Parts: sequence; structure tokens; C-alpha cells
Amino acid sequence: MGLRSFFDSVEPHFTKGGKWEKYFPVYEMVESFLYTPKTVTTAAPHARSYIDMKRIMTYVVIATIPCILMALYNTGYQTNMALADHEATGWRAAIIGGLGIGFNPANPLANMMHGLMYFLPIYIVTLVAGGIFEVIFATVRKHEVNEGFLVSSMLYALIVPATTPLWQVALGIIFGVVIGKEVFGGTGKNFLNPALTGRAFLYFAYPAQLSGDSVWVPVDGYTGATALAVAASDGFQELAARGMSWWDSFYGFIPGSMGETSTLACLIGLAFLLITKIANYRMVLGCLLGMIGFSLLLNAIGSDSNPMFAMPWYWHLVTGGFAFGLVFMVTEPVSGAHTNMGRYIYGALIGFMVVMIRVINPAFPEGMMLAILFGNVFAPLIDHFVVQANIKRRAKRHV
Amino acid sequence: MEELLSLAVKAIFVENLALSFFLGMCTFIAVSKKISTALGLGISVMIVQAITVPANNLILNYLLAPGALAWAGFPDVDLTFLGLISYIGVIAALVQILEMVLDKYFPPLYNALGVFLPLITVNCAILGGSLFMVERSYDFTESVTYGLSSGFGWALAITAMAGVREKLKYSDIPDGLQGLGITFISAGLMALAFMSFSGVKL
Repeated sequence: MGLRSFFDSVEPHFTKGGKWEKYFPVYEMVESFLYTPKTVTTAAPHARSYIDMKRIMTYVVIATIPCILMALYNTGYQTNMALADHEATGWRAAIIGGLGIGFNPANPLANMMHGLMYFLPIYIVTLVAGGIFEVIFATVRKHEVNEGFLVSSMLYALIVPATTPLWQVALGIIFGVVIGKEVFGGTGKNFLNPALTGRAFLYFAYPAQLSGDSVWVPVDGYTGATALAVAASDGFQELAARGMSWWDSFYGFIPGSMGETSTLACLIGLAFLLITKIANYRMVLGCLLGMIGFSLLLNAIGSDSNPMFAMPWYWHLVTGGFAFGLVFMVTEPVSGAHTNMGRYIYGALIGFMVVMIRVINPAFPEGMMLAILFGNVFAPLIDHFVVQANIKRRAKRHV
Repeated sequence: MEELLSLAVKAIFVENLALSFFLGMCTFIAVSKKISTALGLGISVMIVQAITVPANNLILNYLLAPGALAWAGFPDVDLTFLGLISYIGVIAALVQILEMVLDKYFPPLYNALGVFLPLITVNCAILGGSLFMVERSYDFTESVTYGLSSGFGWALAITAMAGVREKLKYSDIPDGLQGLGITFISAGLMALAFMSFSGVKL
């Protein structure tokens, strides 16, 4: 227990009266990252549960592991595929060349390695830039740095395209952390999802670098449209002609934001979150039903000019960020609805909105990010009306 | 019918008066602390909007527009320069009438709205609605639809805002941002979410 005794020996410096008293949140962050927090509630009422904030957040990070692996593999795979008729340049090519791994898309190790070279810088920048601001706020406002930031930063790194310039990555996560979360008082007190707030900020502030067909595969001069962009311009039947089958989309071998492409990986994460009861199945169910219902309705209406009307729900499920958003963002307990009935409505609203944006709004081929933010805005209102209805129903019982 | 429907959807979501034009901000910020009051105010804005836009449309087409006075024997008269003042006059008069009607027949609502009812007179969302009607030369049925749906969009926005603010009661907001500051930030973030509709062509 060398480490434990080290913590015990430096702790007095950080507690009240110590010389680094101001930096207690930093100490607390490192300590509670490594050990179970020893703080317990002192005032009644008590609800005993094995689950605390640290465990919730750690579970969510664990649930993203399949998505991270797929992100590494697919980013490398797409890049190596594109390199078939392009020259590999830059420091990544130098390192991979030096290791002698090569750029063969049939070699899983080469794909993983190349993907890692894209994912790692983005993730490190996210952690450092966001972490600095998180710690500044925690120190000044004297609250704890908690594991919520680990989740936000992981989700954020998974939903940006691999080509995003690193300074924009930093700017986005800083916006998400500060404006999306810290001005409201930190984890659990925000009303929008911080990772999505940062992503949406980037999307509207730098559309040139974050939308279009050439941003998804990090090779200069190579354009790989996402499945949704292809479907929006030529109809979803065209996808097969471009070599994107439904199963490709399901497994995740298509261009897109790093962590979002694989529906399978997201579903594994979902199963984990549902079993551990971190995610509430009502939101997931509501969102799926809303999406399926509205896309069936649009299929029935049909349109001559807009091929997206004909896109069936099972394609909506596997393309774009739908699965990722469904698993990791719709289910987020803080910014979502808090009543059980409200959770169904909240989920259905998001499911409806995502199809609405994808199909009817020509400005955005992808809609999950904005649909979830829209749902977040209306979540408190939904809760209010559900609570009012409950009050009325109960009042009737006691006339 | 289809055109009117798409006009309504556009006025409610795509061109939401509060969250994409930022009109009526003073009441939007001031009266959004409680959902119930916000709802009441939203409904009265909707009513006022649904009456004033068509009323101003009639005034424009039968009194002010160039050649509108032909029925009175003045085919060359152009009174559009009187537009702004007449619209404001109509709005003020209508709000006054609405106030008296509410006082007489719906006293609870009248008491709940209190000072905010007369404040609707100077709400720029209302005047903005009338001016948009003029600028986009809506006909009478269109202005009825536009008035009703733009008012509804504003009501939706202020109620959602009130919901968010009720939730923010449990937040721990830095001293400098408490009150108006965080409200402005929240309104901005809500507008970000409403951008999901920007670009919809109907």
C-alpha cells in the first residue's frame, strides 16, 4: 500500500488549514479516481445503494469500450482503404512506416494502429483542454472534479470526425464544459448534454471543417460521403451501389464520425448499460418507437422530390449517429426527463425529431445531435406536465 | 390548405419569433420564472397576435396601401407612412379591450397576468408579427394563420424557457451569473437547439 500511504501523508496539506488548501479538488480528483471515495451521506433520509456517481460514470466509460475499439478499427480501415490511390504523408505515415506495419486495409493491426494515431491526439487534446477548465472551475468554485468529465470527454472524442483540427477539438470541449456544464454549477446541474453542446457549437461555428463529404476520411483529396449524405442526395437504394450494405452499416464499416459508425458496438454498450440499470429502458424504447413510427408514416406519405421519405426505419437505425446517441446520450439521466411517463414522451420526441431533421430539413443530413438537444430543452416541460397530471389524478381519489 | 399548414409550421418552428428572431425578449426573460404564468402569458400573446395581425392586414389593405382608398374616391392616395403608428395604435387598443374582457369575464386569469397584460402592448413580438405580415404581403387568411401560429411558437418558447428555469433552480450558478446572466445563456443554448429547424424549406 505504498500509494495509499503516500496519499495519506500528503492529504493534510490539502485539507483545511494546509498549505495547498486551495487545490483540494485536484487532490480529491486524483484520489477518488484511484480509490473509492470515503465520503458518505450524513443526514437522513438514507437510501442504501451500491451505486454512486463514480460507479455510474465508470460504467458508462466501460460501455463505450466496444465503440472505442470500433472507432480505432474503422478509422484506420477507412483511411487505409482511401490510401489505395493516395500517397500517405505526415507524421502518422512516418511512424507507421518506421514500425513497418504498412497500410494494408486487410491487416487488422495496421488498421488499429492507424486509427489509434487519429483517435489518440483528439482524445488527449480533449482531456487536457477540457480538464484544465474543469479543474479551474472546481478550484475556484470549490466543488469536486468528478468522473462526469471522463464520460463527457470520451463521448465528445467519439462524435467528432477524424479530420477535425486539434484546436477546434479543444475549443469545442471547452465550450461544452464551460457553457454547457460549469456555468450551471457542474455535473448534475446542467440542462443540456455537455458533449453535445460542444459538438453543436463546433458544427455551427466551423461548418467548413465539420460538414460535407470530405471530412470523414482523413486523407487529403479523398471524399467519402456518409451513408446519410448519400441517402439524402440519391436515395437509400443508392447505398448498395456505393458498396455500403445494411450489414456494413450495422457492423460499422462506413465513413462517419469516429465512434458513431458501428450500431453493433453501440448495442453491446446498451446491453451493458441496461443490465447494470444505468440506462433507463423507457427512454430507449420511447426513442426507438418515435423513430420507427414517424419513419413509417413518412414512408406511407412518400414524396417525388425527396428520396429520404422512402428510407425505411432499419436504415435510420444503422446510419449516422442514431445508435450512438440512443445509447449514450438519450439515456443520460441529468438532461433527460425524470418521470417515468415523461421518459417515454421524451424519447419519442427525440425519435420523431431525428427523422424530421434527416428527412425534411435539407440543411442537415444528420439529425441526432440536434434532436437530442431539442429533447433536452423540452424535458423539464414534459416532466412538469406529467407531474401536474399525476397531481390531478391523485386529487380525484381523495374528494 | 397545404400552403397554410406549411406557413403555420414555419411560423412555429423555423422562424420562431423568440428563438430565431429574438423578438419579445423583455417579457420572454422577465415572465419565464414559473411555468403556469408563462403559459398564461403565452396564451394571451397568442390571442393578441391572432387578432392584431389580421386586423392590421385589413387596415393595410383597405386604408393605407397605395390605392387602397379607391373605395372612398381617393385612388392616388398612399398612406403607408402611417403604417407603424396605426399598427401600434391597433395593438394598444386591442390589448385594452382584451384586458377589459378578461377583467369582466375571466377574473382569475386577469389577476394571474396582472401587469404583464398591458405590457403585451409594447411586446416587440406582436409588432414584429404585424410588420412581417406587411413585409411578406400576406393576404387575409394567411395573416390569420400567421398570427395564430407565430403566437403559438412564442408561447411554446416561453413555456419551454420557464421549464428550463424551474429546473435551474436546483443548479449552483456562480454569483456573477445569477438571474439575468444565466437566463440569457440558457436562451442562447435553447436557440442552438432550435437551429435544428433552420434551413427547412416548406
